[in-house]
Amino acid sequence: MGGKAVIVVHSGDMDKIYSALIIGNGALSMGLEASLYFTFWGLQRLKKGGLEAGPLSKMHMLGLGKWMVKKRMQKANVASLEKLMQDYKELGGRIIACEMTMEIMGIKKEELHTEWIDDYGAVGTYIHEAKDASITLFI
Amino acid sequence: MWKWGDNIATIEIDVRGQTCPVPLVECRKALRKASPGDEVVVTGTHPASKKEIPMACESLGLDVLAVEDKGKEWKIRIRR
Repeated sequence: MGGKAVIVVHSGDMDKIYSALIIGNGALSMGLEASLYFTFWGLQRLKKGGLEAGPLSKMHMLGLGKWMVKKRMQKANVASLEKLMQDYKELGGRIIACEMTMEIMGIKKEELHTEWIDDYGAVGTYIHEAKDASITLFI
Repeated sequence: MWKWGDNIATIEIDVRGQTCPVPLVECRKALRKASPGDEVVVTGTHPASKKEIPMACESLGLDVLAVEDKGKEWKIRIRR
């Protein structure tokens, strides 16, 4: 069939990173290409040890809400973000890191999971990727 | 493309108890590893995946040979 899903991952919230990786994996599983463009708070999640470190977007309650949601997720046998990222890469999903965010936030390449990242770019890279995409989302 | 005389393997994957998006992802991983003509058999319990795995097969241009139910479990047979 073909087609492509391109998602801007602006949020670094744990639940929204789940949404991005689940949709990305879903697209790849259904035979589409997928690109995730990590920028701003989203880019923090590509730091080493950062993937699972985001707060909950609502009811975080200094970590108590996140802890409760994680417990519920474990009970429901929801995959970890680490597994979703591994599957995403195994199925050929692309990851793009926003260079401007790296500059603003003083993030160096060596602080990031460079093995996940296919490209470093700016808005032109996103538009180039998204212009022929059938699905594009901002999370 | 599969031809008469090629060896056909059956690849079984068990995603019972797994939830979204794992059944779909594991099915896709198995299909990528399978050779044309092979049969991939997915066993699971996640209700939405029973509908969505055939949708994925349609979009991948693959034939679903059978969808079987046994209580809460389902089994989907796909020809790679």
